[in-house]
Amino acid sequence: MAFESLSDKLQDVFKKLKSKGKLTEKDVNAALREVKLALLEADVNFKVVKSFIDKIKQRAVGHDVLESLTPGQQVIKIVHEELIDLMGSTQSKLTFSNNPPTVYMMVGLQGAGKTTTSGKLGGQIKKMGKKPLLVACDVYRPAAIKQLQVVGSQVGIPVFSIEDSKQPVEIAKAALQYAKDNRNDIVIIDTAGRLHIDEKLMDELEEIKSVVKPQEILLVVDAMTGQDAVNVAESFNEKLGIDGVILTKLDGDTRGGAALSVRSVTQKPIKYVGLGEKLEDLQPFYPDRMASRILGM
Amino acid sequence: KSFKKIDEELFEELEEALIMADIGVDTTLNIINGLRIKVKEQKITDASELKQLLIEEISSLLERGDHEIHVDEGPTVILVIGVNGVGKTTTIGKLAHNMKQQNKKVLLAAADTFRAAAIDQLEVWGNRAGVDVIRHQENSDPAAVIFDAVQAAKSRKTDVLICDTAGRLHNKKNLMEELRKIFRIISREYPEARKEVLLVLDATTGQNALQQVKLFKEVADITGIILTKLDGTAKGGIIIAINSEMNIPVKYIGVGEGIDDLQPFNPQEFAKALFAEENNDSL
Ligand SMILES: Nc1nc2c(ncn2[C@@H]2O[C@H](COP(=O)(O)OP(=O)(O)OP(=O)(O)O)[C@@H](O)[C@H]2O)c(=O)[nH]1
Ligand SMILES: Nc1nc2c(ncn2[C@@H]2O[C@H](COP(=O)(O)OP(=O)(O)OP(=O)(O)O)[C@@H](O)[C@H]2O)c(=O)[nH]1
Ligand SMILES: [K+]
Ligand SMILES: [Mg+2]
Ligand SMILES: [Mg+2]
Repeated sequence: MAFESLSDKLQDVFKKLKSKGKLTEKDVNAALREVKLALLEADVNFKVVKSFIDKIKQRAVGHDVLESLTPGQQVIKIVHEELIDLMGSTQSKLTFSNNPPTVYMMVGLQGAGKTTTSGKLGGQIKKMGKKPLLVACDVYRPAAIKQLQVVGSQVGIPVFSIEDSKQPVEIAKAALQYAKDNRNDIVIIDTAGRLHIDEKLMDELEEIKSVVKPQEILLVVDAMTGQDAVNVAESFNEKLGIDGVILTKLDGDTRGGAALSVRSVTQKPIKYVGLGEKLEDLQPFYPDRMASRILGM
Repeated sequence: KSFKKIDEELFEELEEALIMADIGVDTTLNIINGLRIKVKEQKITDASELKQLLIEEISSLLERGDHEIHVDEGPTVILVIGVNGVGKTTTIGKLAHNMKQQNKKVLLAAADTFRAAAIDQLEVWGNRAGVDVIRHQENSDPAAVIFDAVQAAKSRKTDVLICDTAGRLHNKKNLMEELRKIFRIISREYPEARKEVLLVLDATTGQNALQQVKLFKEVADITGIILTKLDGTAKGGIIIAINSEMNIPVKYIGVGEGIDDLQPFNPQEFAKALFAEENNDSL
């Protein structure tokens, strides 16, 4: 399960720290170097790790820590606090518009899990007694519309599409009207995967945004992403102003460092995690629990 | 170009570049340590020389192994495997087109019967490339599709049969067993064919890719890697660790979503691209 091996490594470091009565600055630096390597191995972005460690160092090598009765505990406490600061402390729920339909836009790189997650999310919202509509705005990927239709039928949610249209902006606009006419109070827009450096396609997202005025733009990120997660999250956020992140494929044995990177550079919360290919495999994300789990506390 | 000295800062800069390229901590530290020794031995003082040395080291490492897919030596079965969403089906479309252009008779097997519309997706690619697709219904047994496709390939005297499989995470035991079975059927039913097992890796993947290779290797004899999505900003450095630990060659790279966006792997260019950003200001 994700984060486990990061957690093992950090606990080793902490055990060493705790076993020492007195700590010198050198001890702390050595421990922090190990924390740094563990985070890098877990795919947390290099720059994020650097600033994280610097912050901890500043707080941890002061007199009140080193001269305290339990310096090891103090250092661990600081790491814990900084980790919570990095990940956020409370769960961020999905928000709903006062003026329905509430529109969510799913965006992200190719293959991240947008279409699958659209279905999962729709299924969960439907269980709240709402009437979601899925919208097929991916006009590029072969059989993307069909994929969303299959997913929609599996969760019993209608899918709006215009088979012969190559105009995602028009499709989104028409879908909104359709939702209003059919009293769908939730609209989930599945967009095509795209690279954050593809200007034309990034402009397209901006246009869809301006037409549908989404309640939330959700960036879907593959948990196995490495150092590049930062570039992706930063670019999507700068261009669109994302509202939250959904981290998929956490059912793998990934160390999930991308979660920390993405949250750190965007300051936007991770709202859900995907834990499998089945449509029920979507769970709310609790950053505080995750932080505690990483540290084995 | 102005002369820049080799100092601790430069080593750190290189270390950062390597880690940011997803090469991983261990491999990066190994490479940098090796570099330090060479600098001493060869009395290198110019920074640009150092970077060149590094690029050569990495590309020579990546050059090992067989980078070709051999389709001229009798019938070939290519099995395409990997975790979810990495680009297997798309790559098959590109490969089919590529081989068709070499005047090969190509057949596709739609053995991802699980993911929504996966069969239709492959069918679209089959149409684009102008090759037939052997398909069953959604949710049918993938092993049965493979079995049928092999029989069809034999009777039609197909040169290259390319098999699509469902994305699966390497830590899912039952799905990996399913793959083992598929691999076994191909070996058993078509012993005279050449087998290529291509693991598709997404260049944006971090250290987890190592684990992917290790576990997929246990159920099928991987002959090569296809590294996709290199048209983004990710560098795909993890293949360096994969190469040094497991010696599996990269055969092709994916550089886009179009049918022509498949290129032979060029170690030299790949290694250079790892430092692409820095090239602008310091090299
Ligand atoms: N194991 C696992 N697989 C997932 C998860 N979420 C999505 N997938 C799989 O990942 C693959 C890609 O998912 P899609 O929903 O097609 O991704 P996408 O972002 O819509 O892809 P594009 O539209 O091509 O950009 C599929 O095989 C999904 O079944 C998850 O949480 N866990
Ligand atoms: N930018 C870019 N996108 C790619 C590349 N290769 C594939 N893709 C895209 O990645 C997404 C997933 O590709 P698929 O071929 O469906 O991946 P898959 O491995 O078959 O996915 P599953 O069958 O769901 O496991 C699609 O949107 C493709 O267009 C590439 O080289 N570059
Ligand atoms: K790249
Ligand atoms: Mg999609
Ligand atoms: Mg596929």
